[in-house]
Amino acid sequence: MMSDPGMIVLLTVLLPVIGAGLVLLLRKNENAREAATLLTGALTFAHVLALLRLVRAGESPGLDILEVVPNVWLSFEVEPLGMVFALVAGFLWPVTSLYAIGYMRGHHEENQTRFFFFFAIAIAGAMGVAFSANLFTLFVFYEFLTFCTVPLVTHHQSDEAKKSGRIYLGILLTTSVGLQLVAIIWTWVLAGTLDFQAGGILAGTASAGILSAILVLYVYGVGKAALMPFHRWLPAAMVAPTPVSALLHAVAVVKAGVFTVLKISVYVFGVDLLQTLTTTTWLAWAAAVTIILGSLVAFRKDNLKARLAYSTISQLSYIVLGAMLANELGIIGGGMHIAMHAFGKITLFFAAGAIMVAAHEKKISRMHGLGRTMPITFGAFFVGSLSIIGLPPAGGAWSKWFLGMGTLEASQFGLLAVLMLSSLLGLYYLLEVPVKAFFFERPKDAHQQDGVHEAPTPSLIAMCITATATVGLFVWPDLFHELMQMVVSGGVR
Amino acid sequence: MISFALFNYWAVIVLMMVGFYALISRDNLVKKLIGLNIFQTSVIMMYVSFGKISGGTAPILIESGGHGGDGHGVQVAGDAAHAMRDNAEILYSNPIPHVLMLTAIVVGVATLALGLSLVVRIKEAYGTIEEDEITRMDNAA
Amino acid sequence: MLAPIAALINRSGPAWVIATSGAWFAFGAAVQLLRRVMTEGMIVYSLGGWVAPIGIEYRIDQLAAFVTLIVSAIAAVGVLYARTSVASEIEEDRHALFYAAFLLNVCGLLGIAITGDVFNVFVFLEISSLSAYSMIALGQDRRALTSAFQYLIMGSVGATFIVIGIGLLFVMTGTLGMADLAERIPAIWASGDGDRTIAVAFTFLTVGVTLKLALFPLHLWLPNAYTYAPSAVTGYMAATSTKVSIYLLLRFFFSVFGVEFSFEQMRLDAILMPLALVAILAMSSVAIYQSNVKRLLAFSSVAQIGYMILGISFGSVIGVAAGIIHLFNHALMKGALFMAMGCVMYRIGSVRIEDMKGLGKSMPWTMAAFVGGGLSMIGVPMTVGFVSKWYLLQAAIKGGNWLAAVVVVVGSLMALVYIWKVIEVAYFKRRENDDPIEEAPLSLLIPTWTLVAASFWFGIDAGTTSDVAMSAAESLLGMMQ
Repeated sequence: MMSDPGMIVLLTVLLPVIGAGLVLLLRKNENAREAATLLTGALTFAHVLALLRLVRAGESPGLDILEVVPNVWLSFEVEPLGMVFALVAGFLWPVTSLYAIGYMRGHHEENQTRFFFFFAIAIAGAMGVAFSANLFTLFVFYEFLTFCTVPLVTHHQSDEAKKSGRIYLGILLTTSVGLQLVAIIWTWVLAGTLDFQAGGILAGTASAGILSAILVLYVYGVGKAALMPFHRWLPAAMVAPTPVSALLHAVAVVKAGVFTVLKISVYVFGVDLLQTLTTTTWLAWAAAVTIILGSLVAFRKDNLKARLAYSTISQLSYIVLGAMLANELGIIGGGMHIAMHAFGKITLFFAAGAIMVAAHEKKISRMHGLGRTMPITFGAFFVGSLSIIGLPPAGGAWSKWFLGMGTLEASQFGLLAVLMLSSLLGLYYLLEVPVKAFFFERPKDAHQQDGVHEAPTPSLIAMCITATATVGLFVWPDLFHELMQMVVSGGVR
Repeated sequence: MISFALFNYWAVIVLMMVGFYALISRDNLVKKLIGLNIFQTSVIMMYVSFGKISGGTAPILIESGGHGGDGHGVQVAGDAAHAMRDNAEILYSNPIPHVLMLTAIVVGVATLALGLSLVVRIKEAYGTIEEDEITRMDNAA
Repeated sequence: MLAPIAALINRSGPAWVIATSGAWFAFGAAVQLLRRVMTEGMIVYSLGGWVAPIGIEYRIDQLAAFVTLIVSAIAAVGVLYARTSVASEIEEDRHALFYAAFLLNVCGLLGIAITGDVFNVFVFLEISSLSAYSMIALGQDRRALTSAFQYLIMGSVGATFIVIGIGLLFVMTGTLGMADLAERIPAIWASGDGDRTIAVAFTFLTVGVTLKLALFPLHLWLPNAYTYAPSAVTGYMAATSTKVSIYLLLRFFFSVFGVEFSFEQMRLDAILMPLALVAILAMSSVAIYQSNVKRLLAFSSVAQIGYMILGISFGSVIGVAAGIIHLFNHALMKGALFMAMGCVMYRIGSVRIEDMKGLGKSMPWTMAAFVGGGLSMIGVPMTVGFVSKWYLLQAAIKGGNWLAAVVVVVGSLMALVYIWKVIEVAYFKRRENDDPIEEAPLSLLIPTWTLVAASFWFGIDAGTTSDVAMSAAESLLGMMQ
């Protein structure tokens, strides 16, 4: 396996596909099938680690695959930002698979083979996005990710699933084809290349007005970043089984979105160019609005998954904000938040799913007192919440720190206030859940359960892993910080 | 005088319009076909008129030594007439339009035949060949 | 030549064999032609040894070879498909006649593509049209007859307009050869004597050709014709006849009249572009509301023709190349989609959306083929549809045509809506009754999937098609006097 670096990159993308094939082949034997998923996940992560070593040494392993249209290539190149994303996705896939095994069996879900199949394919898509060397490859895998997650979102095939599928596909494709593709082709026409380069490729190719317009097209065109008003797909996708919500909407799909925004900011526009464009600040404020509105709506939701969905929308805009601050600290903060938020949010979703399976509750108002029968779950929820709010000892504190510093450096005190306000709101709407679970009484008509009645074991283990990682990232944020530092000092080519 | 010399073309236009109008306005399918045919015939007339060279005779080669004009159209008709090297200077009308129109006539006949056979089948299937009734029957279906 | 033999034998099996051999021979020849033209340049062949302008010449350049390839390829795949499809949709005693008509149609279309003489074009055009009318009339529903009749009337009017145009050109220039016309027209135009006639000829030709290629608003014959014709016929025709008419348009406007004349003097772009834009928007919207999937795809085809014309109306090399690429790509996409519908028709006898509930489960390969073609229509990367959009959007942005870029994008999104409509019913609804429905037979699936696979292949490796299209566009636009 320690072959040339290009092969490692290719394998990282292909292994999940092979895993998907194995899942299909082994569909008759459930245990063998799950083993295939976990094994492939572990192998993929091993490859990601191998790539990490190369990147930290300053290399950029890559591979040109094929020329699709003359002068437009499908090719991979690993750089630090992509590494961040790949690490997150690569680690969390096997963990989520572990969780999913417990959940799907505990919840007696149908069509599990189809689920695990498309799960694996989606990860391949995410890896493809992480490793793209140019805008075209990014677009290809971005769209691929959209399509292969549709069967996951519409898993239940109910009427509600159908409607959600429409919203999901509708919004994501409208933004990608309507805005992003136009921006990409425009870039192609102006710059003559679509390759990602340190310092960007658009500098000096057109007037500031045109470049500002293209920036707007890009940022809104990345529908997966859920910048309002293109955010509706996220709560709509909550109709999916919780493992789907967990991985895809806390990790793969949404992270692909904000990753794209960051990547375009740094490698297509370049931080210097961004600072000269008028729309950069507007977009930063658009992100700020999304942060606040997302938090406010989350406040009002009684359905736990819905609340988490809006919290995600809000958190994603942190990263967009970081990108639009267009300074080193902002970029570092945004990139680190990709990792911090992923671990924190996935813990929250794991907990939400566990509550649904073990206690059959979806509404927060009915979760009072549940902490006594599900201490581990709610404990994990507590830890995850800390990360999202941005408090020590959770990793989220670091990313928030850097983002805050970024706003100060840009002298955007208003944006700093926004960050503070959202933390405050998060404090309430997130901590409400574990606090009331531990310290309040059960509702009168609730089913009383004696003793501990936790989630299925695999799910529990997964949850503990991510919660621990969340704390661990607080203690050792170095890896992600180092990678992001490489990004801003121009580690590509 | 001038309008008389262009009489052909006026006739062409009149026929063309008559045919086209019949095609569009009549509901009866056979009448439409008749209109189409009149329309096509007018075009035939147009081509033949193009081929006519003032003073030219029918473009059938006369064997007594004359080279037939190989037909370069109206504009160079004069040159054709003078370009002949033989003594017997016979001016022919341009045969090419005639040839083209033979082909067009065949095409027209084929179209007409196909059209009429379709009308017969439509009559069998619908019981009528009036377009408004057919449309009504289709919409009701 | 093979056609009358097929008709005379009058038995289904042998007739099909004859048709297949004809189609595949043509395909092989077309591939060779394209190769030679790409390396050597234009091929010229004088029929019977009579050199132009007296004789009729066959002139084959990159565009002609490309179109020949498309027609023969679709014919080759289509005839394989036809065997089973026709057997179920047309009465046995008519099969031989069907194959005879099919061969005539292929002959006509190929003839249009390779000839260098304008009247010859008319002859081949009518050969292909008449055989098309007959093929359409063989459909099961009685509305096939009226559709064929309507197409006959409109098509003949179009052809006659073309003849009028040709005649007017002939009377002014004295020649029927395309190369000659290209030389003589500018002189006449410049001299100012007879320029009105040239303009009128141009107009008649434009109207005639756009009627044949079903550009909005002269598209009225297409939806009915495609909906009620036998499935194999629709699959074949949707991918070929309008494409050849577009070829004809390119030939006339670029090779005969020349870019300068067409675009600057006659302002072709001002006529074609608005019509194309309206076609895309209006026809895609109408498609969304259809309940008969074949009709839906027919309206979608008119919209796609709008895309091709849009590319051409830009008048730039990349615009024309985009139109040509879409010609090829659409042939693959739509051919595949209509063939998938033919499979559905074969098994359940209907193509109404409500009847297709749950087909995602019962006919997985068929519906997967539909999804494949559908992804191409939407323009997902790695499909041919994306390549077309790529070039079209480039051409629009480079030319500063923002409205066109927006319309292209909106059109793709509308395609998403109508494709998703079908997918939703097939995959999300359950069948009510329990009649078991089998997957379509291999003889239908294999040709369908051939086209689907091609639509992915040429989407993943678009090098060949884009090279051919760009070189064709360059030589078309370079033919200025």
